[in-house]
Amino acid sequence: MRVGLFVTCVNDTLFPRTGRSVVALLERLGVQVDFPLEQTCCGQPLYNTGYRHRAESLVLGLARAFRDHDVIVTPSGSCAAMVRDNYPRIAARAATEQRATGRAEALAEAAAAVVPKTYELTEFLVDVLGVTDVGACFPHTVTYHPTCHGLRVLGLGDRPRRLLEAVEGLELRELPGAEECCGFGGTFAVKNPAVSAAMGTDKARAVTGSAAQVLCTADNSCLMHIGGILARQGSPVRPVHIAEILASTDGKLL
Amino acid sequence: MRGTSRDRILARVRRALADVPAHERPQDHPVPRDYLRTHGARTPAESADLLAENLADYRAVVHRVAATGLPALLTELLGRRGARRVAVPAGLPAEWLAQAPVEQVPDSAGLTARELDAVDSVVTGCALAIAETGTVVLDAGPDQGRRLITLVPDHHVCVVRTADQIVDSVPQALGRLDPARPLTWISGPSATSDIELDRVEGVHGPRALDVILVHDGRPRDEQAVTGDSAPARGL
Amino acid sequence: MSRTYLGMPAFPEAAAVSTGDATLRANLRRATHTIRAKRAAAVAELDDWDQLRAAGAAVKDRTLRHLDRYLLQLEENVTRAGGTVHWAADADEANRIVTDLVRATGETEVVKVKSMATQETGLNAALEQAGIRPYETDLAELIVQLGDDLPSHILVPAIHRSRGEIRDIFRTRMADWGRPAPSGLTDRPSDLAEAARLHLREKFLRAKVAVSGANFMVAETGTLVVVESEGNGRMCLTLPETLISVVGIEKTVPTWQDLEIYLQLLPRSATAERMNPYTSMWTGTTDDDGPRSFHLVLLDNGRTDALADRTGRQVLRCIRCSACLNVCPVYERAGGHAYGSPYPGPIGAVLTPQLRGLASPLEESLPFASSLCGACYDVCPVAIDIPEILVHLRERVVQGGEVTTRGIRTVVKPAKKHLAERAMMHAAGWTLDHPRALRRAQRLAARTRRLHPRRLPGPGRAWSDTRELPPLPTEPFRDWWARTRGGTA
Repeated sequence: MRVGLFVTCVNDTLFPRTGRSVVALLERLGVQVDFPLEQTCCGQPLYNTGYRHRAESLVLGLARAFRDHDVIVTPSGSCAAMVRDNYPRIAARAATEQRATGRAEALAEAAAAVVPKTYELTEFLVDVLGVTDVGACFPHTVTYHPTCHGLRVLGLGDRPRRLLEAVEGLELRELPGAEECCGFGGTFAVKNPAVSAAMGTDKARAVTGSAAQVLCTADNSCLMHIGGILARQGSPVRPVHIAEILASTDGKLL
Repeated sequence: MRGTSRDRILARVRRALADVPAHERPQDHPVPRDYLRTHGARTPAESADLLAENLADYRAVVHRVAATGLPALLTELLGRRGARRVAVPAGLPAEWLAQAPVEQVPDSAGLTARELDAVDSVVTGCALAIAETGTVVLDAGPDQGRRLITLVPDHHVCVVRTADQIVDSVPQALGRLDPARPLTWISGPSATSDIELDRVEGVHGPRALDVILVHDGRPRDEQAVTGDSAPARGL
Repeated sequence: MSRTYLGMPAFPEAAAVSTGDATLRANLRRATHTIRAKRAAAVAELDDWDQLRAAGAAVKDRTLRHLDRYLLQLEENVTRAGGTVHWAADADEANRIVTDLVRATGETEVVKVKSMATQETGLNAALEQAGIRPYETDLAELIVQLGDDLPSHILVPAIHRSRGEIRDIFRTRMADWGRPAPSGLTDRPSDLAEAARLHLREKFLRAKVAVSGANFMVAETGTLVVVESEGNGRMCLTLPETLISVVGIEKTVPTWQDLEIYLQLLPRSATAERMNPYTSMWTGTTDDDGPRSFHLVLLDNGRTDALADRTGRQVLRCIRCSACLNVCPVYERAGGHAYGSPYPGPIGAVLTPQLRGLASPLEESLPFASSLCGACYDVCPVAIDIPEILVHLRERVVQGGEVTTRGIRTVVKPAKKHLAERAMMHAAGWTLDHPRALRRAQRLAARTRRLHPRRLPGPGRAWSDTRELPPLPTEPFRDWWARTRGGTA
């Protein structure tokens, strides 16, 4: 099984520690990981803002970057959802348009190639590797926010919770209203800043109310939003991606 | 003018559906009907119990009585309410109210809403009742009368025969109803959720709804299941 | 004079104001959170919810794909049962038809049962202009009308009002419209409902003409269905001599049996009840029972334009249950008025731009009024993929493309506001197409990280006004990988 890490553009640029944690975690579990350097972005920011045509080359690019891999693992529920939910849609829409010949076929081929082999990290751990106890140790209180695309599009269900519950020393705190969106929403955060901030402030209040030391999600983009609000409020709660907790064996982060 | 807009709208519809193949018939677009006809298997007695429970959950007051005890129960309910004038559909069995010391106001084409506003109660039968939803359905049959007589008075007593008038589910109910008749489905007294999305009973329709489930056979445990004492089911 | 939605600002501007209204936020939070939990429980009672939902979507799709045939069948059956069918291509025509029908009766008052279609056409303002007084009889519509207000929710138009505000409106305004509020009126919901009962009863008893909408129209029988709670619907549908129902063409269902799906889906999705208190079904007119004359006004007003859009047409499945509003985090913060139409919330964000076209900055802003969290799609009883339509409409706004407006197919240009964004997106897209360019940009950013301000200028302010920026790492992941694993970029 050749496993390729799709780290995502956000993690690559802003949160490399998450990528390094995925590598450490998977290698600890005996999985050899590869990182094809041709990869960039799944195209979600473009697609969700209305630039579907501009996102098409990224669909083809992702398929090309991972053409030799059996599995694509990504530490982002949102990007995994983009691939699985929207790549077939992009191909289907292209088929209804009169454009350069072969474009629609290439997109359909790309979607068919990547959709079945793309896994969000917790899915890969639980469903493919069949583990919930990954041998991590993280003696802190943690509250988990299930991000929308992981929760509703991918249907991650209780996989992240089961992984966290098996971490030595970790105490999971309930997050009231956990299933409500944090208000990030990609370009929504800047196109509707008032509503986005109001949603994020309510989420930050719930996080603070949980009295956890750490806020955990499976998506750094949402974490950046909630964490940015917590930081502005001077909150001591630390935002940490689930990969970083699962990679930790001594309670410290990479 | 009328013809013009009719033609224009139909032409727009047809243009909008240019992608639908010309040979496609409605039934070619599949409708999966694998939903349930009823939610659970029940004996007739269990269906009657569920109907009573669900009616009570929405604050109807439910009574169980043998056919022989019906006139006495009606007399008691109208008396308890202090009803003096009672609207009566033309086909209501005469013996039902034979004992009640009330003025009967017969339903007729000439009976106006304003006159009904001065009537205290109305007693009717029904077309059927639906156990799963706690609903009685009126179809303006002879023992139910015109729609307005069960609307304007503030108190409605509705009689359901358990032997042949209770169905389990909405699909079963529709199969037995005649769309050509004016139908009124009643599930508890009138209510509103318009203030803070919180349910409050009692607005324009009758604020008090008594439903009597009449069974054949000997009189036995005749009891009232009131909205306040019945166990709530989930809602 | 009834207020209308003309000249409303774009969503972000309106929402910037409404999110700051603490009372509104509290009212909406209380109401929507109450109903969310109840709806979930009511839906969980039915083991076959998913099957009902699939059937509900499929029946609507079948109807829409053959809408011309079903509309003709409906017309034939309504007419055969004694009704008269009128066709209105747009709002003005619908209002004109209704106004003329009321005038023909010689009456100057009508009672109205809550109708989204007539909110959409602005019928009340049109009637008032013609010297006809419309009385709203739904409790929430009454609150809105007495308060010179606009509806902010499909099912509960006065959801933005607390019980205290409602009491104040009743106390100060009821007398202007008829029977005054009882003295000493409290803010108890039962007392407020009683005040409405007394105020409206005299209007019901003297009304000669009623205007309604309908939840469903059955093509094979000509039957109309109104689903309600309070009994004001029954009053309007039964007591007056003339009944005029204004109904969107998409409310058609093919068969009587089809109602078995929607009468299970709608009450549980809307008010979280197993069944709503009252459902009325009527077919034409009945001798000596109910109105002597029945008019059905079939309304297009942009629906055929939505029908022409293969992705967008699923919006016409909507049964107006409001479940998507009640679960929407954006609606909960922004409130209904920010959506600038009688259809607020997620469904409004995809319905309004399709019914009206991308006519103004408001309609152009609505597809962006969502974080795409998907909660609306989860609860929709007819499985309308609202996030999919939102993204589709965003594309129309920023890239332009083919649309149908009032039946005419045209190609729209990208919205002007989005030209700078478009250039930026294309530049970003180009960079992302070229991994080496991306790496250069990342390295440049990393090298200059100490120079980056904590608060951003320009459009970035929308982020940094309320949130800290994450610190830039010293090296991007791909550099770490190349450095430690020996790959080359």
